[in-house]
Amino acid sequence: MSQDAPAPLRLHVPEPTGRPGQHTDFSYLHLSPAGAVRRPPIDTQPVDTSDLAFALIRVLDDDGNAVGPWVPELTPEQLRFGLRAMLKTRLFDARMLIAQRQKKLSFYMQCLGEEAIAVAHALALEPGDMNFPTYRQQGLLMAREVPLVELMCQLFSNERDPMKGRQLPVLYSYRKYDFFSISGNLATQMPQAVGWGMASAIKGDTKIASGWIGDGSTAEADFHTALTFAHVYRAPVIINVVNNQWAISTFEAIAGGEGTTFAARGIGAGIASLRVDGNDFLAVYAASRWAADRARSNLGPTLIEWVTYRAGAHSTSDDPTKYRPADDWEHFPLGDPVARLKQHLIKLGEWSEEQHAATQQALEAEIAAAQKEAESYGSLADGHVHSAASMFEDVYKDMPAHLLRQRQELGV
Amino acid sequence: MATMTMIQALRSAMDVMLERDDNVVIYGEDVGYFGGVFRCTEGLQQKYGSSRVFDAPISESGIVGTAVGMGAYGLRPVVEIQFADYFYPATDQIVSEVARLRYRSAGEFIAPLTIRMPCGGGIYGGQTHSQSPEAFFTHVCGLRTVMPSNPYDAKGLLIAAIECDDPVIFLEPKRLYNGPFDGHHDRPVTPWSKHPLGEVPEGHYTAPLDSAAVYRPGTQLTVLTYGTMVFVAEAAALESGVDAEIIDLRSLWPLDLDTIVNSVKKTGRCAVVHEATRTGGFGAELVALVQEHCFYHLEAPIERVTGWDTPYPHAQEWAYFPGPRRVAEGFKRAMERK
Repeated sequence: MSQDAPAPLRLHVPEPTGRPGQHTDFSYLHLSPAGAVRRPPIDTQPVDTSDLAFALIRVLDDDGNAVGPWVPELTPEQLRFGLRAMLKTRLFDARMLIAQRQKKLSFYMQCLGEEAIAVAHALALEPGDMNFPTYRQQGLLMAREVPLVELMCQLFSNERDPMKGRQLPVLYSYRKYDFFSISGNLATQMPQAVGWGMASAIKGDTKIASGWIGDGSTAEADFHTALTFAHVYRAPVIINVVNNQWAISTFEAIAGGEGTTFAARGIGAGIASLRVDGNDFLAVYAASRWAADRARSNLGPTLIEWVTYRAGAHSTSDDPTKYRPADDWEHFPLGDPVARLKQHLIKLGEWSEEQHAATQQALEAEIAAAQKEAESYGSLADGHVHSAASMFEDVYKDMPAHLLRQRQELGV
Repeated sequence: MATMTMIQALRSAMDVMLERDDNVVIYGEDVGYFGGVFRCTEGLQQKYGSSRVFDAPISESGIVGTAVGMGAYGLRPVVEIQFADYFYPATDQIVSEVARLRYRSAGEFIAPLTIRMPCGGGIYGGQTHSQSPEAFFTHVCGLRTVMPSNPYDAKGLLIAAIECDDPVIFLEPKRLYNGPFDGHHDRPVTPWSKHPLGEVPEGHYTAPLDSAAVYRPGTQLTVLTYGTMVFVAEAAALESGVDAEIIDLRSLWPLDLDTIVNSVKKTGRCAVVHEATRTGGFGAELVALVQEHCFYHLEAPIERVTGWDTPYPHAQEWAYFPGPRRVAEGFKRAMERK
């Protein structure tokens, strides 16, 4: 028997494979080839999706062909609609970033590189199904063709802001477009999505819920709580984990992604789970439909991990060049979702570079015109915001005496 | 009229509302098949089925969080937190979500939840089954915080809470479940069947959610209290000989300030009594409001009798609990001081 003292213990703090000035080694993503992953029937047992939680469902190959069992039935018209909605999301984001730099809005969050996930998912849901989004699912709204002027009025916090100036820009609420109020703190929406789905089941309705969370926030207890409740009550809900690799400056391994996947969290909870190429419009649509059909057939929840990359900064208050390689997105192996769907449509003979350029130009003009109109209603910068008196409204259904007194104290 | 214990009155309120409104659902830890550890929901699952009354996993954030989603859908969830001491895991859902959903969505979504939780000590529950956390809730804008002290109010307030479009924190002083406990722990408790407020109508009625009740009219001293301490204050008034006007606040927030101010202006003296710890307690807010609105009518400093600023102890429970002797001493101080 050795009498040697044991080696001292060491704390493991995960590190990304690339920091500024380096090239990220993306082999940690463990990609599957397009078309290689099986598609089980929707009534499969959760435990029998274990392999799908570690693989990567992909439809579009590197040449723009749709291959394998997950190829969805989408018409060229639907594909063109999806491409246009993604492009609109991207151009809208770009325009709002500039407006933020011009101090026309206080803050902005773009979803560059992640457009396919929200847009294709929205197309796979039915009207009346409710999304419980985070701040990076504006694609859900673009796919529902929400008037751009309304969105901008919220962003500019002006007199026509539907949120009456109470919320940071981007924290929209749109009941009529099936978009639950975004909170701004993290993960709380996940048990809420499950509860909304439970309510639909309690009432014997046919609507389903779709909850959204980033890889970083899956570390919150509310995420795990949501998995438990979704499983226990077999709630008609889709649990979307958007793994864009970065939570502000922390790499996905700090959220617990190292050596496992976020989809695998679902397997342990008894939930059918898929890991999907989030930059592949066709794969996103196909997996979303699979999960939606499953939920609507009383077969319970599905967790989907969407593998993507946060191409931009976390928000306008962030500078990602301080913690990751500046050209990281160019090397991300799953590419750009807009470019990939465009390539596919051109390959089908249903799209051209000329049409793409013309669409982009038309969208830019539409966005610019919307901005001009929204700016005419004011902004935080010019003080044309909802009245200070309105601050006291909606705390309760009816204003109680103490708030009336405080409003009088403010003199409004 | 039937007499009911507070448990029966609460159950009757939920029964009435389950019957009247298909959107009412009830769930929490042990509340389904078993009927709750205090038996408040006994028989309801059998009567209304397990999709309307059901057991929940041991996760307060999950119970409240799912209820927010149900509320947004259009249901009126009534959820039970088994002991008020256990609400802390649900704090983010209560403070950041339930309380502010109407505000942040400019009225697009609301969370018309009723969150029931037994509170208070006197049952040898130790530091995790005895707390009175009402001040955590009264500090949060957007919540209503209610605490009944008797079966009649318990039923009327619970029905009003379920029908209310604002979220309501419904605190149930568990020491009062079976009778008007007056703090004399060495004596048997009078059952509710022998107390006038144990008379409870069978059907639907409400008690107002934002009004206090003058439990005992008096001329010398205004006592602001709620929950178990209403009956302790009554015993203290009898034993001290102070003709105290005991105001049972019922709704802690929003507060019925008019009833308080009118009484203090009449008596010129005020004592605040609660079981919760003193510093930063709801009594501090009451003291501030009374001096703000009644300063020139006060003849003496406002007296506070509360639990000590310690965790709620197990073996030393009755040294911690502000019983009739301590409350009576407080009343006398309030009368003697100038």
